[in-house]
Amino acid sequence: MKILTTVKRVTDPDMKVKIKPDGTGIVTDGVEYKMNSFDEYGVEEAIVLKQNHGGEVVVVSVGPSASTKEIRTALAMGADRGILVETDAELDSDAVARVLAEVVKKEQPDIIVMGKQAVDSDRNQAGQMLAAYLGYPQATFAYSLEVADGWATVGREVDGGTSTKRIKLPGIVTADLRLNEPRYASLPGIMKAKRKPLETMTPDDLGVDVTSKVRVIKYEAPEERQAGRIVETVDELIEVLRNEAKAI
Amino acid sequence: MSNFIRRRELDFLLYEFAEIQTLFEHDRYAHMDRENVDAILTTAVRIAEDKFLSHAEKLDNNEPTWDGETVHIIPEVKEALDAFCEAGLMMGPIDFDHGGMQLPHTLSQAYMGVFHGTNASTAAYPLLTIAASNLIIAHGSDAQKSTWVEPMLDGRFLGTMCLSEPQAGSSLADITTKAEPDGDVYRLSGSKMWISGGEHELSDNIVHLVLAKLPDAPAGVKGISLFIVPRYLQDDDGRFTKPNDVTLAGLNHKMGYRGTVNCVLNFGDVDGAVGYLVGEPHQGLKYMFHMMNEARIGVGLCAAALGHAGFLYSLNYATERKQGRAATNRDPASEPVAIIEHTDVKRMLLAQKAYTEGALSLALYAARILDEIEVTDDEQVKKDKLNFLDFLTPIVKAWSSEYCVTANRHAIQILGGYGYTREYPVERLYRTNRLNPIHEGTNGIQSLDLLGRKVVMNDGQAVRTLMGEIQATCDAAPEDLKAFAEQLASTSQAWAATTMTVCGAAMQGKIDVFLANSWEYLEATGHLVIAWLWLKQAMACDGKHSAYYEGKRAACRYFFKHELPKVGPKLELLSSMDDTCLTVEPTQF
Repeated sequence: MKILTTVKRVTDPDMKVKIKPDGTGIVTDGVEYKMNSFDEYGVEEAIVLKQNHGGEVVVVSVGPSASTKEIRTALAMGADRGILVETDAELDSDAVARVLAEVVKKEQPDIIVMGKQAVDSDRNQAGQMLAAYLGYPQATFAYSLEVADGWATVGREVDGGTSTKRIKLPGIVTADLRLNEPRYASLPGIMKAKRKPLETMTPDDLGVDVTSKVRVIKYEAPEERQAGRIVETVDELIEVLRNEAKAI
Repeated sequence: MSNFIRRRELDFLLYEFAEIQTLFEHDRYAHMDRENVDAILTTAVRIAEDKFLSHAEKLDNNEPTWDGETVHIIPEVKEALDAFCEAGLMMGPIDFDHGGMQLPHTLSQAYMGVFHGTNASTAAYPLLTIAASNLIIAHGSDAQKSTWVEPMLDGRFLGTMCLSEPQAGSSLADITTKAEPDGDVYRLSGSKMWISGGEHELSDNIVHLVLAKLPDAPAGVKGISLFIVPRYLQDDDGRFTKPNDVTLAGLNHKMGYRGTVNCVLNFGDVDGAVGYLVGEPHQGLKYMFHMMNEARIGVGLCAAALGHAGFLYSLNYATERKQGRAATNRDPASEPVAIIEHTDVKRMLLAQKAYTEGALSLALYAARILDEIEVTDDEQVKKDKLNFLDFLTPIVKAWSSEYCVTANRHAIQILGGYGYTREYPVERLYRTNRLNPIHEGTNGIQSLDLLGRKVVMNDGQAVRTLMGEIQATCDAAPEDLKAFAEQLASTSQAWAATTMTVCGAAMQGKIDVFLANSWEYLEATGHLVIAWLWLKQAMACDGKHSAYYEGKRAACRYFFKHELPKVGPKLELLSSMDDTCLTVEPTQF
């Protein structure tokens, strides 16, 4: 079975992000980067699929050359080879999906496992758009995945509960946090990853124009939360909520 | 990333200060590059935060218990050790030939520091196991290596060191545990005290390395032999299931480090515990010092890491806690400032930074010497470097543990009343770090080792090496650091002259006078070494500008202005051959 999985290089979500004074983006000086957390679940699931069904795990990233680091991390976890589609362009989800669609056409994987969204932009679109461009079935927000006889049975997290969906492969599954526990890149895995193949290409090589269709107008921080106040009685609370906060 | 680890600091110390990348040119480390060093650190930091830091407080609140049959430890410890071993961190510093990853010691020490800083109690189990493996690799027979080392490196067996006895702690010459030959093996009997990791269910077996005396042993330290005494012996199927005659007599309940089970073990209560002699008879202490020296550098590193964790935590607190106004601000209606704005808080932060980042740099400098010994074929260079490392070892252990406990005291002070409560982790760091001046040879013993042994060995070679290194650093100092270089050079000359004076007493045979102020000597030497390394750190920032590098320069300046001047009075005291501590009578207290 050939499994394709994707990784995005994102700013470390545990760091305090500062917005540039002119609001055109975030300050990237001194910022740490890491693999998108949801992609870790996708990579882990891809490796588990390979362990259970045999085959090959191909890990793909679209982004700047430094993204090789995140690809290497996936290789250290156990993926077999990497593909970087290198571009410094500001990418929207649509551009990423169109690039990935071309990679999928080249690679012809049996299944594509992706993180459900990236923790930097939180758009939650690339997987769904990729399915649309390819005309593949999709099952998003997976918390469980079974593959047999050319079909995938996917347990999904939905509002108010779960649902189970069967999709015919090839198809796209996007991973949620309860899907598995991603393994750490082990030291022997890290040393082995250096010798695994990593191919670099550009969107041009794939014939994709990555010019963004989405324009960011401005970044701004949410308004700072005001200090709270302790009221004496319920009556006072209602009074304040009604007249000061105008919440009721 | 948590408030306990600063990745930027690791990167600075490894690449800019210790220049680990220059080791990759050597065949021994040709498999390394920056990319895999980064990836290894990333794995270490993640496991430290996800699996070690996550249960540090719970473990401190739930120390191991014994119900008379089994020692119980919260399950998170085993999960953390499994993650550590599965990631291959245990085998990191071990050579390829013995199934390891052959990582530079500089790197493995750096990542061990991350585990010490996040949860020293749980990190103690792999620390002891790696040191025990190294000892068996260095001095054990091939059969012993194949039996014990592999399961230790994958975490199925954990290791201990059994030196002290209830009546003989610092004075190993007085141990009484006996080993009687019994065919191919030995039967041991006696009690061992302060055994960290001595009894637990975290591993399939526990490999005790035990000091004992053979029947024909000469008196004193020259009559000590070393034995491997497993908790379980091999059954007929070759599995380790047969209980050896090693029994738990009781657990010790400690101030800190509470998650590392520590106990009294009885060997041979019934028919003698089966032990296997390591190397030659009567050479045990020499072999054990292989492990001890490694453990002493480990203690210094641990002290530095715990100190640094407290520094980072109190730094973060000081930036968030708002209290009071600037001394120049008379407006009570104005907004209070973060306490980091207050000069005295800045002083305590600078002191913590100067002590702990100084001590971290010293531990990595020592590790780098070990790497340099590994990569050279020149026997003389090997010998000289080993000699210098031997000299630095008591300083790494004692200076770091002394001053990094002080750093933790400052961290508590910055948090004020909150710091004194168990709601915040800084008191735990302090309690845990308070062990480091005590174990693996007390700091007093370290000072005797430094002055009585390391300074005078090989005709004072190590003193000349240090003087040469300091001179070379001072000569290379850029213009803006020249004043510090001059201050360091003149302090080092005064230190060398004092060393000569003090050693004069030894030459006259007055050993008690010679050693009377050994602790002052260790403090003075430690301060000199740390000042030298701070100058090196500042030089590693040359031409680089950011808040991070300015912080390094400020800490260097703090050390030269506030700390290095303390050396002069100590040297005067030493040169005067003051005998106050020597002559006071026990009845006069």
